[in-house]
Amino acid sequence: MESLTAILIGVLTAAAVYMMLARNIMRFMFGLILLSNAVNLTIFTAGRMTKGEPALVPYGQDAPLTDIGNALPQALVLTAIVIGFGLLAFLLALVFEAYRRLHVVDTDAMRHAEPKEDTTK
Amino acid sequence: MKSVIFETGARLLVALIFVFSLFMLLRGHNLPGGGFIGGLLGAVSFIVYSLAKGPAEARKALHMAPETIAAIGLGIALLAGLLSFFMGDPLFTGQWFWIGGDSYDTAVFAPNSILVFDIGVYLVVLGGILSLAFAFDEET
Amino acid sequence: MSWVLVMPLVIPFITAVIAFILRNSPANRWVSVVGSVLALVAAAVLMVSVLKEGVVAAQMSNWSAPFGITLVADYLSAVMVVITAITGLATTVYALGEIPEETEKLGFYALFQTLLAGVTGAFLTGDLFNLYVWFEVMLIASFSLLVIGGGKERLDAGIKYVALNLVSTLVFLSGIGMLYGVTGTLNMADLRGAVAAAENQGLITVIAMMFMVGFGVKAAVFPLFFWLPASYHTPYFAVSAVFAGLLTKVGVYALMRMFSLVFVGDIGFTHEILLWVSLLTMFTGVIGAAAQTDFRKILSFHIISQIGYMTLGLALFTPLALMGGVFYLVHHIIVKANLFFVAGLARQYAGSTDLNRIGGLYKSAPLLAALFIIPAFSLAGFPPLSGFWAKYLIVKAALELNFWFVTFVSLFVGLLTIYSMTKIWAMAFWKPHPDGIDPTPNRAPPQVTRAMILPIAALAAMTIVIGFYPEPFVQFAETAANQLLDPTDYVTTVLGVQP
Repeated sequence: MESLTAILIGVLTAAAVYMMLARNIMRFMFGLILLSNAVNLTIFTAGRMTKGEPALVPYGQDAPLTDIGNALPQALVLTAIVIGFGLLAFLLALVFEAYRRLHVVDTDAMRHAEPKEDTTK
Repeated sequence: MKSVIFETGARLLVALIFVFSLFMLLRGHNLPGGGFIGGLLGAVSFIVYSLAKGPAEARKALHMAPETIAAIGLGIALLAGLLSFFMGDPLFTGQWFWIGGDSYDTAVFAPNSILVFDIGVYLVVLGGILSLAFAFDEET
Repeated sequence: MSWVLVMPLVIPFITAVIAFILRNSPANRWVSVVGSVLALVAAAVLMVSVLKEGVVAAQMSNWSAPFGITLVADYLSAVMVVITAITGLATTVYALGEIPEETEKLGFYALFQTLLAGVTGAFLTGDLFNLYVWFEVMLIASFSLLVIGGGKERLDAGIKYVALNLVSTLVFLSGIGMLYGVTGTLNMADLRGAVAAAENQGLITVIAMMFMVGFGVKAAVFPLFFWLPASYHTPYFAVSAVFAGLLTKVGVYALMRMFSLVFVGDIGFTHEILLWVSLLTMFTGVIGAAAQTDFRKILSFHIISQIGYMTLGLALFTPLALMGGVFYLVHHIIVKANLFFVAGLARQYAGSTDLNRIGGLYKSAPLLAALFIIPAFSLAGFPPLSGFWAKYLIVKAALELNFWFVTFVSLFVGLLTIYSMTKIWAMAFWKPHPDGIDPTPNRAPPQVTRAMILPIAALAAMTIVIGFYPEPFVQFAETAANQLLDPTDYVTTVLGVQP
């Protein structure tokens, strides 16, 4: 199972890098989303994929009765997903606003902060 | 998007989803669920409303700027964490009070800081998601 | 014991919440000032208790380490928290003068305090995943602060800054995931033993490189720095100052922490890379600055160049070098934030930051000119200012190791720094204004200028104090460096047992 997800992570990362190399900022963003999913899967896989019950202790017991899945990577991934979601939503808003105001999605054409040197001077 | 069917359906849906979000918030105390998922569902209910009636109506229904709700939620969550500080425990240690008994089994009512924290999280998520969703809705 | 560690974190958060709720009333700026003062008091209390006990640690929610989240402060963390609070207070006061009311209403002070909370959290946490969370708190606040107030330049800069920082975060996060996969723990003190005991040391080195890239982007080292000069010259000056002072330093701090506490298994490899990266960072930064003619762009490139000195201290990895690195870190935050403050005030007077379009500031604002000289010469390393001692320690460390080339580069970069600072001096202050007018603060009432000059003077005074009485600061840096090199205290305090 781990090797299968490892391959999946590799494919996702490759696709993400391919998309992030594009000049179009929207493509870059989609690449980033893929990469963020690949990273989340990495954490999940790194915690070992074991079969087991949810990590809940039944009422009145001190310890779970059966084998439980590793809960920590799940908690980490949940946190990472939430944070990633927030950041990507922010990025989307930013890209959208930039498109509205600058009328470009091509990163090469975005030169407002770093204007080209005036070589005629 | 203006659709009579959606608008009529939304009236029912909004209330149902919102009540379900509160149910999720309270259920999370002992079972899967909790403030985060509750907040998401609560946000969904208002997003449905805003899709049906427009974001201006949804903002009116919310009575408060979503950003303010998020800030208040953050404050509540912090206060819940700070409560343990006044009880002499490290920050964010869960604090329990038993009313009508002296343990979880005998108490009639067991107020605790964990639920307060969860309510804070609920409000942060609700406010945060809605401020984004409304902003996007108003742009288009 | 735990409250001394918690308070510097909780106070900015509470301030942020109150400031945000009051964002439509003028009171919100005073909330921010009071909150910053309280945070400084809390940081000072933390400092006192660290000075007394060496290392202070607290377990959140009563979960014992390494299972729960640990907050821990050694000398380095404590001094960083104090300097964060000082910069925070100075910037809040400065922002009183600079930030317009409509920006305030968008929640400027709330975002600013959240940024401070994120930075403080990153300095105090003893858990790797928690460090990631604090990085994100810091980042999301910094994203908003960068684009707040609008404008095409800011949007453009914001996209580059956000996109590249998100990539670095993902590299850092996958490093965390893999480190957890190898060792099964994320507590930094626990990781020290677990990483040393790991079977596959090659994999550990690979993970170490992922961390180096992740933190390297944040710290803006060569060749990962390009987002910094693309974005730091666009936001409000108060924002630029706090970014320049604190944000890159969080990356440097994280590098120092991880590469002295956890990744010390293959110093010959990792620190060698760091050494070359540092030298190239110093050199490209200063060369980039020489080509610029904008006040803030020059300063932005100088951040990069100075970051190189700090990572150089880490790369040489001797007590003296680390001591220089820590000293440099503290000195640079004060000086760099101050230079950005000066740039902001210079624009108030002259109307621009483009050095070709301003001038004559010496004549019309002699006080500002004097206040520019102090941090500028300190940055360049003139005795007896703080920058001299910082550079002296690093160069001496390089000489002790007989690294002649490193010594040469450090001194040469110092020379070019003087060139840049003289350029700003000559073009902004000395030469007459190109339009033949006397620059005056035409747009701002006098109390605005006063709010802006107060933090400049205070930070300049600190540079001078550190310069003339370096003794206690150097001793402090020495203890901090020794704690970094021998983290036994750190580990035992966090885990509560002998390792």
